[in-house]
Amino acid sequence: MDTFLQQVVSGLATGGIYGSLALALVMIYQATDVVNFAQGEMAMFSTYLAWSMLQAGLPYWLAFAGTLAIAFVGGLLIERLVIRPVENAPILAIVIVCIGLLVIFNSLAGWIYSYIQKPFPSPFPERPITLGAVVFGAHDVGAIGVTLVVLALLYVFFRHTPLGLAMRAAAQNPVSSRLCGVRVGWMLALGWGLAALVGAVAGLMVAPKVFLDPNMMSGILIYAFASATLGGFTSPCGAVLGGLLVGVIENLVGTYVWFIGTELKLTVALALILVVLLVKPSGLFGRAVVHRV
Amino acid sequence: MPALLEAERVEARYGWTKVLHGVGFTVEVGGITTILGANGAGKTTTLRAVCGMVRTAGVIRFDGRRIDGQATEDIVRLGIAHVPEGRGTFVQLTVEENLRLGAYCRRDRAPRGADLDRVYGYFPVLRERRRQVAGTLSGGEQQMLALARALMLRPRLLLLDEPSLGLAPMIVREILRIVRAINQEERASVLLVEQNAALALDLADYAYLLETGRVIRSGPSAVMREDDAIRRSYLGY
Repeated sequence: MDTFLQQVVSGLATGGIYGSLALALVMIYQATDVVNFAQGEMAMFSTYLAWSMLQAGLPYWLAFAGTLAIAFVGGLLIERLVIRPVENAPILAIVIVCIGLLVIFNSLAGWIYSYIQKPFPSPFPERPITLGAVVFGAHDVGAIGVTLVVLALLYVFFRHTPLGLAMRAAAQNPVSSRLCGVRVGWMLALGWGLAALVGAVAGLMVAPKVFLDPNMMSGILIYAFASATLGGFTSPCGAVLGGLLVGVIENLVGTYVWFIGTELKLTVALALILVVLLVKPSGLFGRAVVHRV
Repeated sequence: MPALLEAERVEARYGWTKVLHGVGFTVEVGGITTILGANGAGKTTTLRAVCGMVRTAGVIRFDGRRIDGQATEDIVRLGIAHVPEGRGTFVQLTVEENLRLGAYCRRDRAPRGADLDRVYGYFPVLRERRRQVAGTLSGGEQQMLALARALMLRPRLLLLDEPSLGLAPMIVREILRIVRAINQEERASVLLVEQNAALALDLADYAYLLETGRVIRSGPSAVMREDDAIRRSYLGY
């Protein structure tokens, strides 16, 4: 029972990270119908920037805030400078631009910081938290907390501010949004900025667990895809819940199914994507999208 | 009366197809003007041209200022509310969120609650349904929502694209009654595009008849109603 609880909490911690990245994917997908394959590498690059700031002697939370700010502005600029010129191109062209961004960020990180793994600090104490007979990693609990705070802030922003409402409107119905005076182009850019920010949080929370290296997000991006697919690519809340589910499922399967262990965990994510697409393609919480022709 | 909206020699095209061949018309301050015409005459495109939703040539002035070539968002911010063909409902948002979007670009800091109350005064059914997702409304209610959303802008000019389309006659009469009330109480000028010429001529004080992208007749509604060509082709008696 104790192992079970520990695995669930640890699964929730990684699941929150998958969920954050999945949320970033869904935010951009909803606004532009584009799956941003570079989301993971953007998060990885942001984490390296945080590492540089920490090396320069900045306190952790200052580096944290600074990284989020740079990620936000960076995401905004990427949309304005790279995505915008191909906005009206066929979807495949935009996908290829995103894959190009993935390769660029990956190589850039390798070139600047080398491919050698670096330890990345956790802002939480090393001493584990003991609750009865169960021991939880402090970073796991902290990561869940940070993720939840970010999600709550995003929720309040999208639900209760005029700008958040305008962003949702622009994603749903750009033509009508323009007729309400919403500057749709800027809303898309803001969406990219926010997605990059959420991704950066995921990067900062996962780096202490997997070590910092240019390829650290490639596996996590696949988990994020699995999360978004499971929750539904059309549902932000679904993506987060999907992430938590994937994290827990992955951990439990890895613990209790003897032939999976840690090596085959990633296969679980791929199998999950396959099953969801076969059984319920719109995901648990997604809407089936109908295009009128 | 001074002109609020003036269009001169307006041309518009979709790709290679020219749809408007030099259209001109005027909407007076406080007036209701209608553009009549058959399917494909260019009525919707005319409204889209005013809002900068199609590329145009020619001159369009609002309140004496040229607005042709400006971005839709900027034109809307001048106080031109467009109720588009198909109503433009945000189907996944609630009724109240739809309405709040209508006031999104207003600069004043006045509390939106008063505006909501004012708009609910015209459309009580929307107040009952304000927490409902807009996609679940009936066609008539969605048309009311579209009008209500436009009112939230406190527009100086209201562009209405076929408000009667697909609605039962009783609901159409109700909606047109409210349009008249809006015109009088809110002092919003109206440019109405309609296929139902009889209804439009009842409401408007001036009318233009559009045929394949050209204005072929215009005049006060009372005169236009007696015009033989219009009677035969559009009024059916």
